Amino acid sequence: MNNTRVIDFIKKNTMIIVLIIVLGFFSWRTGGAILLPMNVSNLISQNAYVFILATGMLLCILTGGNIDLSVGSVVCFVGAIGATLMVNLNVPVWLTIIIMVLIGTAIGAFQGFWIAFVRIPPFITTLAGMLAFRGLSNVVLNGLTVSIKEQTTFVNLFGGGADCYVHDFLGGNGINLTCLVCGILAAALFVILQFITRINRKKHGYETEALWTFVVKMVVIVGVVILFAYKLAQHKGIPTVLIWVLVVVLVYGYITQNTTVGRHFYAVGGNEKATKLSGINTNKVYFLAYTNMGFLAALAAMVTIARLTSAQPTYGQNYEMDAIGSCFIGGASAYGGIGTVPGVIVGAVLMGVINLGMSLMGVDANMQKVVKGAVLLAAVIFDVVSKRGGKMIVKN
Amino acid sequence: MAKILLEMKNITKTFPGVKALDNVNLQVEEGEIHALVGENGAGKSTLMNVLSGIYAYGSYEGDIVYDSEICKFNDIKDSEGKGIVIIHQELALIPYMTIAENMFLGNERGKKFKINWNETGALARQYLDTVGLSESTQTLIKDIGVGKQLVEIAKALSKHARLLILDEPTSSLNETDSRALLDLLLKLKKEQNLTSIIISHKLNEVSYVADKITVIRDGATIETLTKGVDDFSEARIIKGMVGRELSDRFPKRESHVGEVMMEVKNWNVYHPLYNERKIVDDVSINVRKGEVLGISGLMGAGRTELAMSIFGKSYGENISGQLFIQGKEVHLNSVQDAIKHKLAYVTEDRKGNGLILSNPIKINTTLANLGEVSNRTVIDKDKEYSVAVEYKEKLKTKCPTVEQNVGNLSGGNQQKVLLAKWMFANPDILILDEPTRGIDVGAKYEIYCIINQLVSEGKSVIMISSELPEILGMCDRIYVMNEGRMVGELDGKDATQEKIMTYILQSSGKREVG
Repeated sequence: MNNTRVIDFIKKNTMIIVLIIVLGFFSWRTGGAILLPMNVSNLISQNAYVFILATGMLLCILTGGNIDLSVGSVVCFVGAIGATLMVNLNVPVWLTIIIMVLIGTAIGAFQGFWIAFVRIPPFITTLAGMLAFRGLSNVVLNGLTVSIKEQTTFVNLFGGGADCYVHDFLGGNGINLTCLVCGILAAALFVILQFITRINRKKHGYETEALWTFVVKMVVIVGVVILFAYKLAQHKGIPTVLIWVLVVVLVYGYITQNTTVGRHFYAVGGNEKATKLSGINTNKVYFLAYTNMGFLAALAAMVTIARLTSAQPTYGQNYEMDAIGSCFIGGASAYGGIGTVPGVIVGAVLMGVINLGMSLMGVDANMQKVVKGAVLLAAVIFDVVSKRGGKMIVKN
Repeated sequence: MAKILLEMKNITKTFPGVKALDNVNLQVEEGEIHALVGENGAGKSTLMNVLSGIYAYGSYEGDIVYDSEICKFNDIKDSEGKGIVIIHQELALIPYMTIAENMFLGNERGKKFKINWNETGALARQYLDTVGLSESTQTLIKDIGVGKQLVEIAKALSKHARLLILDEPTSSLNETDSRALLDLLLKLKKEQNLTSIIISHKLNEVSYVADKITVIRDGATIETLTKGVDDFSEARIIKGMVGRELSDRFPKRESHVGEVMMEVKNWNVYHPLYNERKIVDDVSINVRKGEVLGISGLMGAGRTELAMSIFGKSYGENISGQLFIQGKEVHLNSVQDAIKHKLAYVTEDRKGNGLILSNPIKINTTLANLGEVSNRTVIDKDKEYSVAVEYKEKLKTKCPTVEQNVGNLSGGNQQKVLLAKWMFANPDILILDEPTRGIDVGAKYEIYCIINQLVSEGKSVIMISSELPEILGMCDRIYVMNEGRMVGELDGKDATQEKIMTYILQSSGKREVG
């Protein structure tokens, strides 16, 4: 491998390399504690809402660096309604879920309407939403906590409580066999799909990457997936919430990369005028981005109240910042048009690892915020400066 | 003989792929009004940008000798320090600030931490009186109409300008206001011995105000005419501007012009923000199958606006008129409609309105017709790739792969990607807006070949171009547009540059621009 290719490789995989370094650092400082099965499992459960929200936030950011500040409040509001319905009004779980989804999506559509068709700046529209829905959450809950401990079906379904893992059908001894088998199957499926694509491309005479990099990539990915499944299997198995996260990641990963709708998001962020003149309804793209954000906020709300087994007027605070931070750390451009779902997930994992690592090290919570802020700023500086060809200061 | 204030010696400026200025020489005497004339893209503005330091010393070859010393301007501040002030066609005034604030922006009176507003006001008043503007110094810029040019001149004077450069100062003024502005220049010349360089397309104004006229063509100075010595008539100036030889720069084509493909009748378009301003005024045109139709005119004539308003009302307000495609009246209310009716508009601003520079060639190629490469909204990436490769080869786009980002291509290759995008949308009628702007001669020839290919397939091409030779070399029929109206129609065979320029110049300023 020559020099330019090394640089190219580093540029393309910066955040993965940073993640590995950070993981190495914390396993050294915590004596390996961060890689204990329980902590790996916790990393998923604790950050599930970030994965979900960051995926939705990516679509907003793709349209031109636009963000949604209201998601934290919307999570709280939708959660409050869900808890109230189940506990105070005895509404069945399935109906509660549908109502929560509808309300979240409706809120997204409401904000999306002003942003897309009236062109109120997203920052202001969602700032208003952030204030309003925080207030409404308080109104719904009367300022009180509503406990949903009794609603075990709901709680377990969305990854809360003690029994929030997928049942081990295979009855492993001390180790969750179902989880391990699923991991191996997933890895195998992935490899097969990759090979089919590669063979197809070859057949049509399209370019393919060199065989050895392809194989190395496969081996690394398969290794990581199986190791991850093994860690989870050593703890209690697959957290139910991981399934939700995987569904969101896979579905949105597919939409953004393989569908015309996904293409429209990138196009609007890349050059809105050109997109409009290509016959694409750009208003609809903005509307979709924010409506979808509301939908995913509802899902995040379910995950949040399930994990905390209650709804409180203070839930969801700073969730929007976690989501936005993950996107930018994960390589989304602050100007729009650039960013991928896998990238954003890496960004979210990196944030999660830093949180968990510092907690295990016993770093003061306030200092943790300082470190997170520094990481975010550094990531965006890196993005902007590298895009400018390495020039640090702009000529006046 | 008066002292030479400015001499530009052998200025050569190259942009990637294009030689914008080629050994240009310009001499300006102190206290004269010197006019620069030439077609669009001849290099006038580039020359003035070199002079004012917008293109820094070192980015061009040759010397600027000003006040008998060689100048090495790094930016516009350096040239202003020497008293060279440029007033651009697009005025650089901030609408929500007062006249006085605008005049001293970046040059504030008083101390660093305490602006002396009394001095600011008094000085502003003094300079406004000099230029004859009676508005209060506290009026917001957005609230004054035609006086903006005067504020710019007053601002220049407040910077102790010795050499004033005006780029198309009268392009947005009507005849009375234009005359007042020119008289002001004459007055300043007489009273303050102010030297000015004026760039203008309005030749009657040029011969009225200028002491000398330098003609620039294709990035080179052709001649300098002196008042009282040379013939100063419009005809003489036009001859200098267009007297270029037409050689084999255009590929041959056999015309097979068929029936009328699209017809526009009594088309009117108003400005999207200033609704009372009419941009396109009662235009009727038609284009036939297999025809290359040229629309000629100066920049700002309303050609782009006409094209975009036809293309799914992408520009303008209160659009009225009728549009017929293949004899049937159609109402194209959106770009989607226009594409559906097999119309394509290839923008003049390929970077701003045409391409997504941060995306690869293949994504840009399919953007206007994603349906063709997808199956129920799922994109077939292999098909997309092969489409991109097909067009790359068809148009001879020079690029390593179609995965290359469009932003890394040269202008000519970007233009080809833009053409590929619209050819893939499979239109019957293509409107090409300045299809060869900013690209080199070789790439131009290839674009012409593509145009010939398109019409030979029975498509109709409407070519909007400011380059007269290109219009003459390529078109079967030519419309001349000026100030929003169609002012002439010529058969391609008997059109000449002189005829087109005469149509434009004779119709200039005849309409009140409000």
